[in-house]
Amino acid sequence: MSTQQQEPEPQEPESQESPEDPEMKGAESPQNQRLKEKEQGLAQEETVDESDLEGETVHIKVFRYDPEVEGKQEPRFDDFYVPFEKGMTVLDAVMYARDEYDSSLTFRHSCRQAVCGSDAFFVNGKQQLGCKTQISDLEQPIRIEPLPHQEVVKDLVVDMDHFYDQMHAVEPYFQQEDLPDGDLEEQRQSRENREKVKMSTRCIWCAACMSSCNIAAGDNDYLGPAAINKAYRFAMDEREDEEIKEHRLRIVEQEHGVWRCQTQFSCTEVCPKDIPLTEHIQELKREAVKKNLKFW
Amino acid sequence: MSQSYNRGLIEDFGRWKEFSAGMWAWIFHKFTGWMLIGYLFTHIAVLSTAIGAAAGDPTLIQQETDVYTTTIQGLESLFIVRVLEVGLLAVAVFHILNGLRLLMVDLGIGLSAQDKSFYASLVLTGVITVASVPTFMHGVGF
Ligand code: HEM
Ligand code: SF4
Ligand code: FES
Repeated sequence: MSTQQQEPEPQEPESQESPEDPEMKGAESPQNQRLKEKEQGLAQEETVDESDLEGETVHIKVFRYDPEVEGKQEPRFDDFYVPFEKGMTVLDAVMYARDEYDSSLTFRHSCRQAVCGSDAFFVNGKQQLGCKTQISDLEQPIRIEPLPHQEVVKDLVVDMDHFYDQMHAVEPYFQQEDLPDGDLEEQRQSRENREKVKMSTRCIWCAACMSSCNIAAGDNDYLGPAAINKAYRFAMDEREDEEIKEHRLRIVEQEHGVWRCQTQFSCTEVCPKDIPLTEHIQELKREAVKKNLKFW
Repeated sequence: MSQSYNRGLIEDFGRWKEFSAGMWAWIFHKFTGWMLIGYLFTHIAVLSTAIGAAAGDPTLIQQETDVYTTTIQGLESLFIVRVLEVGLLAVAVFHILNGLRLLMVDLGIGLSAQDKSFYASLVLTGVITVASVPTFMHGVGF
């Protein structure tokens, strides 16, 4: 097995020279830090796992449930053995199982590159995007279940209506009507401000965060991390007037808003787009306090 | 969607195995907070019933045979009470350390190290608890 070493992949990231400017090195930027961690992780994984799995089959256990077929109304797990290929993701594996073994196996997917947000599953006990999760990183048998705390419609398909309702509840659209002074026809954003909201704009509405949250599980009215992050994205956008920001803060500071968050960090840990959700929720809490306590 | 399958409580109870650092920190903080409240009220109840000494005979107090002193001495001679005292210290220390961690989290400081600070709270609690054993167990087997 270990004879297949045609892959000249030394630990590139470390040996690269870093530029002089600390800004360029990305020393402070959390995103760059995460990227670096990820790269290092990937380099390690590739050297460790690949050769072990080449030419083997992968054992997956997939949650099955179908309310329309008698005999499938009782949930069960089906075992599939899928031939491994280099770079295979969880989504690839279930697609293979569907195409080759059981065409009734149902799940959502579209882009296969972590931008559409339709294939968040509960994989080996963690909310992950099927298309972004490498088989070689997982312990077998791989348990693939629908997202917890959402109702299952069929197999891996969950009802997303409630999640979308919460997203819409924070009015996730730009509300500034007036154009800035001068003859500009555009509402331009400063680079600094863009940087501030950058991470929060990356949400793909996959609901992994909501599904991981203990508080959301216990309180169905809780807005949830994704919706609060959405509110953050607009509340922190300087192009909107102060009144609009206050309106947004009123939405998130209500009974089932930011104050429900108990800083368990589960959302931040599962978010496939690396959005620092807890950080954003905490910042909105402080903004809400500042709005209400005007000693200055 | 009335047909869809609701996985209900069984799923929720099984989930503790999948908890991560921040979730454990939350559970432990709730637990220790309420343990401290429980202790506080027990403490008030015991001491206020033993306080008879306040109106008591000064000579009894001098001889250390008044209600208050004998109650405390009686309690402190029990092995189980000493063990509970070590437990109380552990609970209080964890609550304070993790409480400081939560205050930092509320201020948005060091959020990326939140799991490490939780583990640090646990380890420090363990160390302080072990170090306290000789003091608390003095005279009952130590
Ligand atoms: C230096 C000492 C202490 C610190 C730094 C501290 C800090 C904290 C913090 C930060 C919270 C969590 C608030 C949140 O949910 O974000 C909390 C909760 C709590 N604390 Fe303390 N605390 C201390 C002492 C005590 C004492 C002495 C008691 C009991 C008499 C106590 C009882 C509680 C209770 C009952 C909770 C609520 C637990 C829950 O969430 O259900 N704490 N504490
Ligand atoms: S915040 Fe992250 S986990 Fe939550 S819906 Fe958006 S992309 Fe998914
Ligand atoms: S298929 Fe689009 S996010 Fe995975």
